[in-house]
Amino acid sequence: MTFNRKTLASSIALAATTMMATGAQAEFSDNEVRIGYLADMSGTYRDLAGPGGLEALRMAVEDFGGSVNGASIEVFSADDRNSADVGANTVRGWVDERNVDLVAGLVASSVTIAVTKVLEENNGLGIVSGSAASSITNEHCTPNHIHWVYDTYPLANGTAKAVVDQGGDSWFLLTADYAFGHALEGDVERVVTENGGTIVDKIRHPFPTSDFSSYILQAQGSGAKIIGLANAGADTVNAITAASQFGVVQGGQQLAGLLIFLNDVHAMGLEATQGLLLTTGWYWDMDDEAREWAERYYERTERMPTMVQAGIYSSTMHYLKAIEAVGTDDPMTVKAKMAETPVNDFFSRNGHIREDGRMVHDMYLAQVKSPADSTGEWDVYEILATIPAEDAYRPLSESQCDLVQN
Amino acid sequence: MTMIFGVPLAVFMGQLMLGLINGAFYALLSLGLAVIFGLLKIVNFAHGAMYMLGAFATLLGMRYLGIGYWVALLLVPIVVGGLGMVIERLILRRIAHLDHLYGLLLTFGLALIVEGTLINVFGVSGSSYPTPAALQGGFQLGFMFLPTYRAWVLVAALAVCLGTWYVIERTRLGAYLRAGTENPALMQAFGVNVPLLVTLTYGFGVALAAFAGVLAAPLYPVSPTMGSSLLIVVFAVVVIGGMGSILGAVLTGLGMGLIEGLTKVYYPEAANTVIFLVMILVLMLRPAGLFGKEA
Amino acid sequence: MATTQTLTPAMERQRNARLRRGMLYLVLIAVGLAAPFVAYPVFLMKVLCFALFACAFNLLLGYAGLLSFGHAAFLATGGYVTGFLLSSYPGLTPELGILVGTLAAVVVGTLFGALAIRRQGIYFAMVTLALAQLVYFVFVQSPFTGGEDGLHGVPRGALFGLISLRSNLAMYYFVFAVFLIGFAIIQRTVHSPYGQVLKAIRENEPRAVSLGYNVDAYKLLAFVISAGLAGLAGSTKTVVFQLASLTDAHWHMSGEVILMTLLGGVGTLFGPLVGAGLVVSLQHQLAQSPLGNWVSVILGLIFVLCVLSFRSGIVGEIAKSVRKNFK
Repeated sequence: MTFNRKTLASSIALAATTMMATGAQAEFSDNEVRIGYLADMSGTYRDLAGPGGLEALRMAVEDFGGSVNGASIEVFSADDRNSADVGANTVRGWVDERNVDLVAGLVASSVTIAVTKVLEENNGLGIVSGSAASSITNEHCTPNHIHWVYDTYPLANGTAKAVVDQGGDSWFLLTADYAFGHALEGDVERVVTENGGTIVDKIRHPFPTSDFSSYILQAQGSGAKIIGLANAGADTVNAITAASQFGVVQGGQQLAGLLIFLNDVHAMGLEATQGLLLTTGWYWDMDDEAREWAERYYERTERMPTMVQAGIYSSTMHYLKAIEAVGTDDPMTVKAKMAETPVNDFFSRNGHIREDGRMVHDMYLAQVKSPADSTGEWDVYEILATIPAEDAYRPLSESQCDLVQN
Repeated sequence: MTMIFGVPLAVFMGQLMLGLINGAFYALLSLGLAVIFGLLKIVNFAHGAMYMLGAFATLLGMRYLGIGYWVALLLVPIVVGGLGMVIERLILRRIAHLDHLYGLLLTFGLALIVEGTLINVFGVSGSSYPTPAALQGGFQLGFMFLPTYRAWVLVAALAVCLGTWYVIERTRLGAYLRAGTENPALMQAFGVNVPLLVTLTYGFGVALAAFAGVLAAPLYPVSPTMGSSLLIVVFAVVVIGGMGSILGAVLTGLGMGLIEGLTKVYYPEAANTVIFLVMILVLMLRPAGLFGKEA
Repeated sequence: MATTQTLTPAMERQRNARLRRGMLYLVLIAVGLAAPFVAYPVFLMKVLCFALFACAFNLLLGYAGLLSFGHAAFLATGGYVTGFLLSSYPGLTPELGILVGTLAAVVVGTLFGALAIRRQGIYFAMVTLALAQLVYFVFVQSPFTGGEDGLHGVPRGALFGLISLRSNLAMYYFVFAVFLIGFAIIQRTVHSPYGQVLKAIRENEPRAVSLGYNVDAYKLLAFVISAGLAGLAGSTKTVVFQLASLTDAHWHMSGEVILMTLLGGVGTLFGPLVGAGLVVSLQHQLAQSPLGNWVSVILGLIFVLCVLSFRSGIVGEIAKSVRKNFK
């Protein structure tokens, strides 16, 4: 048996070396650039990235010309079903069997953390576009991934600070009872108290929850000026819907959504969401460049892109340009090139990649328009202020990431 | 301010009110499950999907056919109930003679199909449905602001529950149904068309779920996943009430709504779990449920 | 050669059956040993872990007639306990971590069993579902599970402190050995006198009671063995994939294991193995194909088809036709 195993193993190794030898003639392994797109394609987070994100990725590849220095670009995708297991296994398979060069997408934070560990072990490269957890480039940072679009830090920093500055100095926090919610809750508490506000009370609700009426009632009873929603996706949508039914705004309180995507506002409608303050990494109607790209995207999907979908295009483009420039798909060389090139495109302003893997760029404070002010189905935000890249994200001096020299 | 266990009286009363309204939903859904279980002995795992279909039919009816809320309230249960009857005739009947666990597995599969298909067609974000004009606004009850629509949900759900209870306990059709539950073979011998009765019963149970779906449409975002999270809670309610017991389902539904409402004040993290705890406790003490007969 | 005494037809049939089974095992072991050179080892390990999980579940449904809708709780208990121990105590060897994880599942299984075993049919399914929901809640709330993020980067370590499991091939043979041990335990249980009593209880419980068997104790033991093996599967899975997450504790996982068993064949020894292999490869293949978004719809269709047209499952149907044609 051992003999058999050895011969078999060595013949496989031989085959592998032969393959590598032929591949080495070209600049890219297997003479192909392989991009795997991993996202939730059928569950809770489907609409913020999902199939639309894959379309954005394909658009980037097409716009780039479909090949890099003669090597064709292959795109494949998989549904992680929001399961860390499934995600990590899929990527392990991509690394072992398909020699994937870049893993893109990456939405649910638990999946992302699992996947980046696999990439670190196998010296791969991943660009995270959908996840919110700031821990991805803090305690969970690896040299093998970049976090592109946003994270919880600027969400709290942007929205909470702006709200307190406008006089919303007493808060009632409604937190989704899991890691992401706790992280956001912590960030918001810090920002609110640092700016002179107080947290009147907070409630942690189960994840997920469909009926928020009870929590909204408690928030109304608290007398706080602001009801902060430290949750995401369907939970936020449900909370806002309940708040509008119970006349929260009429009662003199205001809502602050900390993580709200374009598709959420679109789903709820402006009647229920008007006046809501939020922080976003990008908005399709924010300027000509963004509009031009968004309209091309709209023609393909009949939906306006979320910031995540736009970020997927932007990051893929940045990656492709980098490998074209360095002429190899070796992860560390490519990442170094990506990091030394500033990111300025329709998506990112003043962007660059830090040593912890965080792509910092300008963020925007937005307010949801009232139905009267909106001119169309997707005309939903008004950009109130720009949060400069340097102020938006967690400063490196506070970083717990091993890659940062403190 | 009067306090109850550290909570202002007003908040406490408000929570009881909301608990009751949620309880009315549970009652409506578990009633349908109990009716189906009574005669078919099937644990209808597709119940959540049917509730979701009810909400979706309401939304799509408005969007594409211009059907308003009040018409939908009548029409949607009939349409979805009809679909239920088709499912019973074409699929469930084939396994009626087998162990009832197969019914559970089959309906579980059906639920996966319905949900997965709608997710692929409509996405998961869900859409909002406007509150009907006549039910907008709300009352100031002193201890809380009660939206008119929620009050309506409570009234409508309780009326339907009561009506169903009346039909089953006090009419001839109901008598057939109860007799069919006890001994279908004997009923067949007496010349009652039991297979038809089974089809109608399943259709009726599904129609109740769809009715709950129509009521839910203006309250929650209409999305393909809205049913599955509710489903196992409703199962627990039916088990606590005693499977197949009509009155048990209704009363337990309301009671569980109240208990859940109070949990949301005192220990919100456990709000989704408390019902299962109650269920285990009840089954330890009364194996057939609160209102069930020992088999 | 040794014995030439004449055999009665019944004894001969029995001997033939045992021989056939022996042959099957040999084939199974040979295939298992050769498999990693043909297929991708990580995928195979996943199949083996779920196969063990399904076999454990099948022990309960197929041989004791109890449908548990809460088996995810044991898979997750094993996984979390092992994952937590291995990441917090770096000196701990993987086999010890797995052992403790399995024992934890046994403890939880005993608790579940004690509460649920006297209920029957649908009540039993519902009680196990409720208990599993409580366990899910505990895992969401407890800090040691990492909540929604899960446990990551669990070290694979070195078997007995000697053999490193870092390479997928070494890991595979370890998982295969664990699977064989689990499979052998089930096999022994089913073919022992204890297994016969279990079957008798399934067929006619009042009769077994009247024969003087302590039915509850028999069922409880079956439940505990099943829970322990499910925990073993979960523990092993955690070591292989180096993570434990809430997916394993969710009630959908309890549904999935039912599907695997049903598809392969309830009450057959090899059915769950085939079923797990099919479901896992289906998910693996579909997730990466254009049909990726339709996985749950396709699983639902399989569920419906299984219940409607081949309730004995793939292995069950094959066994039936073999019996018919080669009598």
